[in-house]
Formats: sequence, C-alpha cells, structure tokens
Amino acid sequence: MRQWLGYALLYLCLAFVALFQIFPLIWLFLFSLKDNAEIFSGSPFALPSDPQFGNYLTVWEGGIGLYFFNSVWITGLAIVLTVLFASMATFAITRMNWKLNKLVLGLFMVGLMIPIHSALIPLFSMFLSVNLIDNPMSIVITYTAYNLPITMMILLGFYYTLPREIEEAAIIDGCSIHRLFFRIILPITTPIMSTTVIINMIYNWNEFVFVNTFISSDQYKTLTVGIQNFIGQYMTDWGAIGATLIISVLPVMIAFFFFSNKVVEGISSSAVKG
Amino acid sequence: MNKVMSNKWIIAMYVLPAFLLIAILIFVPLILIGYYGLMDWNGIGPMTFIGLENYINAIQDSSFWQSAYHSFLLALFSTLSLALYLAVSLILASKIKGADLLRKIYLIPMLLSSVAIAQLWIKVYNPSNGMLNTILGWFGVADPPNWLADPSIVLFAIFIPILWQYAGFYILIYYAALKNIPESLIEAARIDGATPLQIALRIKLPLIMGVVKVTIVLAVVGSLKYFDLIYIMTGGGPNGASEVMASYMYTLAFSTNNFGYGSAIGFLLLIITLVVTVIVRKLTANKEEIQY
Repeated sequence: MRQWLGYALLYLCLAFVALFQIFPLIWLFLFSLKDNAEIFSGSPFALPSDPQFGNYLTVWEGGIGLYFFNSVWITGLAIVLTVLFASMATFAITRMNWKLNKLVLGLFMVGLMIPIHSALIPLFSMFLSVNLIDNPMSIVITYTAYNLPITMMILLGFYYTLPREIEEAAIIDGCSIHRLFFRIILPITTPIMSTTVIINMIYNWNEFVFVNTFISSDQYKTLTVGIQNFIGQYMTDWGAIGATLIISVLPVMIAFFFFSNKVVEGISSSAVKG
Repeated sequence: MNKVMSNKWIIAMYVLPAFLLIAILIFVPLILIGYYGLMDWNGIGPMTFIGLENYINAIQDSSFWQSAYHSFLLALFSTLSLALYLAVSLILASKIKGADLLRKIYLIPMLLSSVAIAQLWIKVYNPSNGMLNTILGWFGVADPPNWLADPSIVLFAIFIPILWQYAGFYILIYYAALKNIPESLIEAARIDGATPLQIALRIKLPLIMGVVKVTIVLAVVGSLKYFDLIYIMTGGGPNGASEVMASYMYTLAFSTNNFGYGSAIGFLLLIITLVVTVIVRKLTANKEEIQY
C-alpha cells in the first residue's frame, strides 16, 4: 500500500512537469483558433466555440508564406552543404593517413566552444566588404560553417567504428577514393547522417540572430525574423499571432513526431561530450 | 592501399571546404573582434585607432557591469535549476512506465525557436489577458504584477521560459547517464537493504557526477552568452533591467552604430566566457575517476 502511494506521488510529479512543459503550447494552439472577443472574455482553456481557421489563411497570405518558403530553401541548402562537407572532412580525418589530422580535428572541435555573438560584428563587416549583406548566401554559408563542428562530432564516432576491410577491399579492386567515398562510405553512414540532418534542420529553422543581423529586405527574411516583424503589425490580433507561431513551429514538430529517436540521439550526443 | 589513402591532394580536397569555412567564418572574426575593439568606428566609415580607450571605458561603464551582473545571475539560476532537473531525472529513471514518452514531451520546448518561445511567453505574461494572470485571478490575486514591465521582477520572469526551454535537454542527458548505470549495482544495494531514496542519492547520484559536472559547465557558459530570448522579449528593458552582456553588445553595435565599443564588449564577452569555462572546469574537475 505504501509503495503504491509512493509511486502515485512520483507519477503525479512527472505529470505536473509534463503539463508545465506543454500547457503553454496547448494554450497557444487554442487561441490561434479564436478571435479577440473570445480570447479576452472566455476562459483561456476553453475549446474555441467557432474555430477560426481563417486566422491561418490570413497570415499565410499576408506574408508568412514567403518567409516559410525562404526558411525551407535556406535551411535545406545549408543542410546539404553542412552534411556533405562534414562527411568529407570526417572521412579524411578518420580514414586517411596524414600527420596533422588530430590537430585539424582539434580546431574543428574548438569551434564548438565559441560564443557566436563575439563573432557577429566582424562577420557583419566582412560580409559588408564583399557585398554579401542582405544576400541570403551569407546566411547559408554562416549556417554551414557554424554547424560543421557539431555535425562532425556526431559523425565521428560512427566513422571510427567502420571496419578497415571495406576500404581495403574497394581500393584493391581498383576503386578510386571518390568512388569509395560517394558510393560506399556515404551510403553506409546513412543512419548517422540522418541524425545530423535532423539536428541541422532544427538549428537552421530556428536560427534568429544571423538573419536578423545580415538580412534587411523583407523578401529574404526567414520565418523567425519574418514573424518577429509580422507580429509587430498584428500586435492586437491574438488569433493571427497564434496562427503565425503555430505555422512556424509545425515543421520541426512534425519532424520530431516521426523521428523523435533521431532527435534524442542527436541532442544527447551533442551535449555529453561538450 | 596506403599510398592511395595518404594522397596529399585528395586529403586537402576533402578537408579544405569545411576547414576554410570555419577558418574564415569562425576563427578570423574572433581575431578581428579584439582588433576592432581598439578602434573608434561606426561600422561603415573609416576606423580611427584609439588604443585601449574602449576597454577602459567598458571597465568604467556601469551599464556594462550591470549587464554582466545579470549574465552571472542567470548562470547562477541555471546552475541551481540543474538540481531540479536532476530530481526529475532520478524519478524518471526509477522504473517508471512511459518514461521514454515523458522525456520526449519534456523535450518539446527545446525544439522551438527563440522567437516562438519569446512571443508565446509575452502572451503568457500579458498583464490583462495572459494565461498567468488569468490563473492568478482564479486564486483571488487581485493585483497581479505586470511581469515584463516591472524592473524588479523582469529578470525572474525571463528566467522561467529559459528554465522551460532547457528542462527537457538536461533531463535527457541525466536520464541517459542514469540508464547507463549497471543494473547489478542497484540490485546489490537493494539486497543490502537500501531504500529507493538511498539508492538514488548514495549510489546513482555519485555515479553520474561526471555528467553533472559537464552540465554545470554547459549551463554556466550557455548563460553567460545567452541572448536571443531576452533580446526578443524585452530588448534588455525596461531601462536595462534585463540587459545581459550579449544584448548590450548587440544594441551598441547594431542599434547605436557604436561598432568599436560594441566590439570591445564582444571581446570581453569572449574572454569572460573562456576564463569562466576554464575556472568551472577546474573547480569541477574529477579528483578520482569512479570505476564500475
């Protein structure tokens, strides 16, 4: 009996934490389907009496659609570059024979500890001098560079465990290094690559500071910065703000729903060694 | 075989794209920031070398020290909240059904952008229609505070969403570490008559101390450079009451065009972060490795 009571108490604690973690989001979803009159007069936790799906349509056509599209291609391009370059570098560092490989790996790992805000002002002036300010390519290469260390760290463990026989057999058969890398190694590393893709997606999709600093034209803004300005316009319409925020978090939520184990794996391997 | 795998040209070809990117976009800026800090510069016009003037000004600048104080306060908060996360993880790892699902639910806020978190919590804290004050109203609080506009509580108000955001992350790390403890150790303790509480505090906790120390470093360093959420929620206001080092630097450079002085603050932020990292690592260094 006492043990049963103890367990009930523990579950109660855990349920309370779960509630605290998702309640604000449920509240957000609920008011994204309400109009101001209902939000301000009714209970905050009541279901919408007449769901205002129009809120979503209004904000999508009011500019969120363009920001969404920008986020998609900038996030996607940066992921491809990051994972490709990180895989190539990790391959050369872990599988090929050269003297400075440990030193170079160390430099990549130092990149994990740098406070990005200290690099912000110089990056801005560097991009300004090569005319990349207000150009989405500045965002793509910055995302790629700053995600390389974490991506390589996740890849490293997997590359170290690959058996040497694979390469030996391929090379003896007359396979070139490029063929070996692109046709054999990359396909083998698909499971760990998919983890890095998800982690990169979450980072890029949510990134705010770089876009806010380097991009000024509305046409190039991504969702994070776009909605920040957008909400300024709609300051009083809570339903529209709620719909905007739900749209902005939906892709990552969907990815998490389907690949939660990959996300967990990526986040924990990125932290413990840090 | 060895000849092919040590071809210098091919190695260069594979390493250089990544290496040049981090060299140019991460390491060069870190060298430049210290250099810019020696200049009087508005970001676009010519630079004038003024020696250490910016750094001397920073040391005498009470706004900078106030922002540094807030950053360190944040670091203290974050470190203390680790105890809370640890407690939840210990419960979660004690043969709880659905633990896997729960830790995923806890992680959800971590996956949101700082803009989404900030805008959501601005609404939660809304003085008249926000979730928090509505709930307080039910409990009969007649005059609930205006959370983000009151200089005496704004920093604490901002800390709650940060706690909310990172809870799942730290619980995930602790949970993974706790699950790594061999079951035989726990079983042996149980046979010797240890209570679940004793097992948690005397056996599990000491065994994951290494991970706890890593998270202390993460929490302290992460707090010192914390920026996004505060910048979006309050812009450092009201009247500097929630300003932190990074937001102070950002406002100096990109709102008031004081790039030289902003760079000096950015350089100090870099140095302070690195020094504190070394100190915290030293303080939490393992005196003896625990073997099992």
